[in-house]
Amino acid sequence: MTLDTLKPGSTCLVKKLTAEDQLGQRLMDMGVYPGLRLTVVRNAPLEDPMELELGGAYLSVRHEEAKFVEVEG
Amino acid sequence: MGREKTLVALAGQPNTGKSTVFNAITGASQHVANYPGVTVEKMTGSYRYDGAKVEVVDLPGTYSLTSYSLEERVSRDFLLHEEPSVVVNVADASNLKRNLYLTFQLLEMQVPLVLDLNMMDVAKRRGIEIDVKELEKQLGTTVVPTAIRNGTGKKELLKSIHAVSLSERPSEPFRIDYGPLESFLTEIEGELSGNGALWANYPPRWLTVKLMEGDDEARRLVRKNHSNPELLLAFVEKKRQAFESEHAEKPERHVAFRRYHVADDITKASLKPKAASSQPLSDKADQFICNRFLGPLILVGVIYLLYYLSIVQGYNLTNYTWPLLAKLRSLTESILPNPGFIEEPLIRSLTLWFVDSINALLNYIPIFFILFGLIAILEDSGYMPRMAFMLDRLFNKFGLHGQSTLPMVLGGIYVGGCAVPAVMSCKGIPDERARFATILTIPMLNCLAKVPLYVLLINIYFVGHKGLAMFFISTITLLMVLPVAKILTRTVLKKKETSPFIMEMPPYHVPTIRGVLGRATERVWLFIRKIITIVAVIAIIIFVLLQFPGLSNERKAYYSTQKDLVTANFYKKIEGNPYAEHVQGKNLMALVIYWDKYKNAKMMAKGKDAAKAINERFKEENPIFFKIAQPKKDKDAKKLNRAFKKVFSARKKLLREIKKEKIDNSFLGQIGHAMEPYTKWAGFNWRINVSLLASFAAKESSVATLGALYEQEEEGESLETRMEKGEKGFTPLHALALMLFMALYPPCIATSIMVKIQTGKIRWMVFSMIFPIVLGIMVATLIFSGGNLLGLSGLQAMFAFYGLALAITIGMGFLKNE
Ligand SMILES: Nc1nc2c(ncn2[C@@H]2O[C@H](COP(=O)(O)OP(=O)(O)O)[C@@H](O)[C@H]2O)c(=O)[nH]1
Ligand SMILES: [Mg+2]
Repeated sequence: MTLDTLKPGSTCLVKKLTAEDQLGQRLMDMGVYPGLRLTVVRNAPLEDPMELELGGAYLSVRHEEAKFVEVEG
Repeated sequence: MGREKTLVALAGQPNTGKSTVFNAITGASQHVANYPGVTVEKMTGSYRYDGAKVEVVDLPGTYSLTSYSLEERVSRDFLLHEEPSVVVNVADASNLKRNLYLTFQLLEMQVPLVLDLNMMDVAKRRGIEIDVKELEKQLGTTVVPTAIRNGTGKKELLKSIHAVSLSERPSEPFRIDYGPLESFLTEIEGELSGNGALWANYPPRWLTVKLMEGDDEARRLVRKNHSNPELLLAFVEKKRQAFESEHAEKPERHVAFRRYHVADDITKASLKPKAASSQPLSDKADQFICNRFLGPLILVGVIYLLYYLSIVQGYNLTNYTWPLLAKLRSLTESILPNPGFIEEPLIRSLTLWFVDSINALLNYIPIFFILFGLIAILEDSGYMPRMAFMLDRLFNKFGLHGQSTLPMVLGGIYVGGCAVPAVMSCKGIPDERARFATILTIPMLNCLAKVPLYVLLINIYFVGHKGLAMFFISTITLLMVLPVAKILTRTVLKKKETSPFIMEMPPYHVPTIRGVLGRATERVWLFIRKIITIVAVIAIIIFVLLQFPGLSNERKAYYSTQKDLVTANFYKKIEGNPYAEHVQGKNLMALVIYWDKYKNAKMMAKGKDAAKAINERFKEENPIFFKIAQPKKDKDAKKLNRAFKKVFSARKKLLREIKKEKIDNSFLGQIGHAMEPYTKWAGFNWRINVSLLASFAAKESSVATLGALYEQEEEGESLETRMEKGEKGFTPLHALALMLFMALYPPCIATSIMVKIQTGKIRWMVFSMIFPIVLGIMVATLIFSGGNLLGLSGLQAMFAFYGLALAITIGMGFLKNE
């Protein structure tokens, strides 16, 4: 399952980042790493991007980027 | 004191309060510049401690120190090469774990570090308690808790900076345990050790980790400094691959992962977790602010407020500042040599032109001040990322970015913005390609200075459909901006770096007055410094182009004869009048000037008392002239008054003719004529060409130049009437082509300079001026020639073009980004 398919309100565990180079590094640098629990808070009014909550911080990510984060319920 | 200057660098993740710390410790002594060769802003300031000067640099806020983004590279290079005496790592205490991720990287670089745990007030409010002593022990570095916005902890912070700047670097620096990666690191470090400049100049542990991460810049350092770089790099590459196949993970991922792991351990040891995790206030607020229905409404409200406060109220404010500027002008006028009957001294016309050009820009300062203040509020409050969140999808479809929202609003997404602050505010867009596309397309929006020409043309040529025409020109610009942005990103900007969107949504904060005012002043000052001088130079060039070569000797002689005729006629009429002796020779000109001043003063005066005071003043200045100006029952004076009025208006007419002929003859006029064969397809004759060329310094002058070109046949005729009479063959189609060309008019000088500053290259500035001209000519030609070919009326052509633009925009929106 990938992060972009999750609906607002759902919580998940990050399994793996399949993103290469810059995107992968950036996700890590902004605090998305394997083993992390995160919650999808909401989608933007136009559906994209989505907002995530991770350990008290809030990130917004485009769905096309969230595709590269493998998660499990 | 003998010691070298102390250099302090502030590093930290965005929104941790770095700038607030910077302001708190440096006070008013601040200076903005760019890092050499790049467009990243460098804030420097200084303070005194114990009598010694301490220099402070505010590094760009970054989450990490990789070589993927410009900001991170800039920060890293600064730390490596400028060797600051102390680095203050500003961290958000309410979010310690995330912040430690950067702290570790700083420690790895072995810079002398002070960890500033800022926002302690927020942490306390959320029930987070931090054991500072434990944290110091774990990290082996000085930790200072602050709530810098309230001034708490500032003294201790300064004290710690001082102490660290004097102390030796620790011999046993903090080390992250990278687990299974460690054996690989040891091998690489072994290869590196003792290798000349590389080993001596760069922290070995840091370099080793960076090489293992596959960092480009680290590789570059090796190539530059190592005795046998290719061999070493090949070795590193082998190790990287070995790790990846052994652990099914890239080394750089593992490094980041371990850092979070260690951060977790350290936070667990030094942090007393909050009793119950409650939903933070900011997230509660976002339920409304980013809500599907309420969010867009609030956004529109905020944009409207921004527009209302800056453009509408700021414009009202210019009612108070404009008289000051007008006073400056009349003061200048009073010290300049007086004009002659038909000739104006060059120094006079040049100086006044100069003052007018500068005033036209200075007049915007109240608007800018409010605008910059409001932008600072949006930035500091945390609303800006929410704007980006809400509109990213729309802008992203056209190669732009969520953070293009504010620049677009400022540039005049509806009507009446200003491209200068808009281009300035593009700085925050992290994606380089989208940033360039935004910078290059913003000038195509409707800035305030384009509006007078629209109003003029609509009032003449779209009388029956004023509202519709205004709506058309206000909204068509966005329909041109979006597709053009898309085209640019797929062509000339194709090679520009893009970066992921991922953006933090920081908690909301109440902005501080000092921060807001400081930023507004600083940006207005930047505007004045950078822009005014260049505008002055261009103003002079355009003046020369408009004034020279001037009239031929025959024409001069002709006008001189005209003048003699007028005056001779006057003197004949007043023969025998007792006042006649007072208007002989030079006195006639003196009366002209007196009359002019008196009329102006009377026009400006408000109320009876003011008028009376003016009468008194002028009576005192010259009682006889006053008698002529206000003859009352004096028959002789009345006669002279009537005769003089004729001379006065005859002179005005002559002056106007001369001015028109001068422009006609001028270099700019010649260019305008020479261009006519080409521009006629767009419906522009030479007069329009000249006024467009003269608008280059500032678009406000388009209408003023037209004003000079269309003769006033009767006193007080409006420009609308004059233009209508002067351009008999002009149709609404002409007007529409001209309006669209004005919409696509190249950026004014002030904006061009901002484009140069924000893109860092003259090349892009030139491009930003040329492509709208080409596009503008194409669109105007399409409207005019195409419209004529199809036999469309102005209104029909307007609808057709709107439909076309809308279709192209929608089509472009469907095109996938690369
Ligand atoms: N509550 C609180 N807010 C702070 C503190 N320091 C800064 N802020 C606010 O946090 C926001 C971001 O600060 P700023 O200095 O711009 O952060 P920077 O991005 O790191 O430069 C601003 O609204 C500040 O007023 C603090 O100690 N406590
Ligand atoms: Mg800042």
